[in-house]
Amino acid sequence: MLALEHISKTFSGKLVLCDVSLTVPTGATHALIGSSGSGKTTLLRIALRLIGLDHGTVKINDQPLAVFGPEAWADQMGYVPQEGGLFPHLTGRQNVTLIARLRGWTAQRIQTRLTELQQLVAIESSVLQRYPHQMSGGQKQRVAIMRAVMLDPAVMLLDEPMAALDPLIRSTLQQELKAIFHRLGKTVLIVTHDLGEAVFLAERVTLLSDGKVVQTGTYRDLVLTPADTFVTSFIKAQRILPDASSLQ
Amino acid sequence: MRACLWLGVVCGALLASSAVAADGIVVGSKIFTEGYVLGELAAQTIEASKPPVPVIRKLGMGSTGILFASLHSGAIDVYPDYTGTLAEAILKTPQFRSIAAIHSALLKMGIVISEPLGFSNTYALAVREDFAQQNGLHTISDLARVHASIRAGFSYEFMDRQDGYAGLAERYRLQFDPAHVNRMEHSLTYQAIDQRAVDVIDVYSTDAKVRKFNLRVLEDNLGYFPSYQAVWVARAAFVERYPAQWRALRQWEGRIDQTTMQTLNAEVDLDKRSVAQVAAQLRGSRVETPTLAAQIGRRTLEHLWLVGLSLAFSVFVGVPLGILAVRHRLTGQIILTFSAVTQTIPSLALLCFLIPVFGVGAKPALAALCLYSLLPVVLNTFTGIRSIDPRHLENARAFGLTPRQVLLRIVLPLASPSLLTGIRTATIVSIGTATLAALVGAGGYGVPIVSGLSLNDVPTILTGAIPAAVMALLAHAGFDLLGKILIPAGLQSA
Repeated sequence: MLALEHISKTFSGKLVLCDVSLTVPTGATHALIGSSGSGKTTLLRIALRLIGLDHGTVKINDQPLAVFGPEAWADQMGYVPQEGGLFPHLTGRQNVTLIARLRGWTAQRIQTRLTELQQLVAIESSVLQRYPHQMSGGQKQRVAIMRAVMLDPAVMLLDEPMAALDPLIRSTLQQELKAIFHRLGKTVLIVTHDLGEAVFLAERVTLLSDGKVVQTGTYRDLVLTPADTFVTSFIKAQRILPDASSLQ
Repeated sequence: MRACLWLGVVCGALLASSAVAADGIVVGSKIFTEGYVLGELAAQTIEASKPPVPVIRKLGMGSTGILFASLHSGAIDVYPDYTGTLAEAILKTPQFRSIAAIHSALLKMGIVISEPLGFSNTYALAVREDFAQQNGLHTISDLARVHASIRAGFSYEFMDRQDGYAGLAERYRLQFDPAHVNRMEHSLTYQAIDQRAVDVIDVYSTDAKVRKFNLRVLEDNLGYFPSYQAVWVARAAFVERYPAQWRALRQWEGRIDQTTMQTLNAEVDLDKRSVAQVAAQLRGSRVETPTLAAQIGRRTLEHLWLVGLSLAFSVFVGVPLGILAVRHRLTGQIILTFSAVTQTIPSLALLCFLIPVFGVGAKPALAALCLYSLLPVVLNTFTGIRSIDPRHLENARAFGLTPRQVLLRIVLPLASPSLLTGIRTATIVSIGTATLAALVGAGGYGVPIVSGLSLNDVPTILTGAIPAAVMALLAHAGFDLLGKILIPAGLQSA
C-alpha cells in the first residue's frame, strides 16, 4: 500500500501542494491526473524522496518514509521516468541491471530475474543489447519498466509513461501495461494528464488542481457525482471522436 | 570497469614520467651564438678540470633577467655575461664603468665576476652596405639625415634598456618614426634587414652575421655605448665550493680577443659547426658529438616527461576542479576565471614569473605547463557535466544511487566525450608549449629549436620541430583510439 497523507509543500513562499492525501491499496492501480502546474509532478518527486515536504507523511505498507534509508526507499519504489529515462551510455541490459549490480546481486540472480522480466514485458534479448538511441519508443518503455521492477519493489511509480509515443504504439502499450500491472499485482501510481489513459489503466483516479485534490474516485464517480464544475469541465475537455453513425 | 580504465591511463602517464635530478655544476648561457660558445667553453673547461665534477648544461636559457635570477636563486652556478649588461640591467647603475666597482656591488648580492676574458662585445648599429653607400652613412650621427624615413628592427633587450634605444636616440638626437621602429627577436633582425624589411638593426660587435649579411657597423662617434667586456659571472658559494674549477675558468681571462670571438661565432653561424666542436677547438681538444638519433631520443624522453607530468596534473587537479566548479557556483566562477587568466599570460612571461619561485630547469617549465593545461581540462569537465540532461541525474537519485555512484556511473561517463576532448587539447597544447621549456633549461624538443633559432640554423630547428609535430600527431591519433575505448559506445554514435 502507498499512502500520501496530508502533504503540503511550498516553493519560495508559493503553496504548490495543500493538504494532499491519496491512498493506493496493495495491488491497486491509481492514476494521478491534472493539468500541468497542478502539482502532480511535485507530489511524485516527494514520493520519490527527491525533494522534502513541509507537512505530511509518505508511507509504504504503513511504514513512513523516515524509517527507510535513501537506498532502501528507492528499492521500494519502482520508478519509470518520462519517456523511460534510460541512461544513454548504458545498454538496455545495463540499464535494467544497474541497481542490482550496485546492490551486489550475483550474476546468476541477475540473469534469473532478467529472464523472468523479459517474459513479463515480452522483449527479445537482442533488444537488451542495444543502446537506448537504437530502440523504438515502445522498446524503451518496456526496458524502463523492467528496470523499475528489477528489485521487485512494493510500489511502481510511472510518470507520464506514454506522453512521447505515437497514438498507435500508445494504444498497444497501454493494453500491455495493463496486462503487466495485472501480472505483477503491484501497487501502482501512474501520473498522467490523459484522462482516457487514466481511466483505462487505473481503477481509481485522483484529480489534482492548483495543488489541491479536487476529487478522488472511479470514473463513474467523477462523471455521475462530480465534486465541482472543474471536474465536469476537465472530463468534457477530452476530445471524443464523433460516432460513426453521425458521419452517415 | 571504465573507472578502472581511466585510472590506469592516468597512472600510466604518471609512471611514464620518472624524476630527473642530478648534482653537479650548472652552467647557463644566454640565447645567442656567443652565449652558447662561451657557455659551452665554460662547461668543457670545468669538465676537464680536476677533481672531476659533473656539469649540467643549461645553455640558451633566455636573456639577462632570466640568467641572473637563476644565478641568484642558485639554479645555475656560472654563466658568461658582459660588464655593461651587469651594470645596466642588474645593478641599474650604468655609471659603473670599472670592473672593480661592478665586482664589489655584485659581491654584496653573493655574486662574483672574473676579470675580463679579453674582448668587448658592445652594442652597435648596423645598416646594409648598399643603404650606407646610398645615404652616405658612416657614423650613428649620420642617421640623423634619414631618421624620419628609416625603418628599424631592434631587439627587445635593446629597446628596453636604459643604455639601449631610448638613450641612444636622445644622445644622437635621432627622431625615428615610432611606427617604423619594430621590436623583434634579435636573431630575426638579420633576416629582416637582409630582406629589406628594415634598414637599421642593433648588432653585437662580435657578431659573425654582420659579415655574412654584408652590413656596415656605424661608428659610435659620440662614445654612447658603454663597454661590454665579457666576464664569467658566478655564485660566491660556487667559487668557495669549487675553487679549482673557478681557477680553471679564470685561466681564460684576457685570452679571448675580439678577432678570436668573431671567428668562433662565424664558425658556428656561418660554417655551421657545432658549438661543442668550436669550443673544443679553442681549448685545443676534440669532442664526440652524440648521434642525431641519440639526441632526438634523449629530447623525446625529456619532452614526454614534461608533457606526461603536466597532463597527469591537469587530469588529477583539473577534473576535480571542473566537478567542483559545477557544484559550487561562486567557487566555479573563481576557478574558471583563474584558469582563463593564466591562459592569457604569454608563456615567456609566465616562465619569467616562475623562475624566482622554482629556479630554472624542469620545475618552472612544469609549473607553466600545468597551468596551461589546466583550463582545457577544467572547462571541458565543467561544460561536459553541465550539458548532461538534468533528468538523468534526478532519475539516478530516484533509483537510489549515492552521490558517489551518480558521479562515477552517470556523470563522468556521460561527460567523458567532452572530458576527453579537454585532455586531448591540453596534451596538444602541452606538446607545443613544452618547446619553450628549453628557454629555462628544462630540455625537450625546444633545445634544438631555440638554439637553431638563435644560430639561424634551420636544419637544427627541424630536428626539434619535426619530432614535436610528430608527437602532436601521434597524440591526436592516440586520443582517437582512447576515445573508442573509454567513451561508452552508447554515446559514440549518438
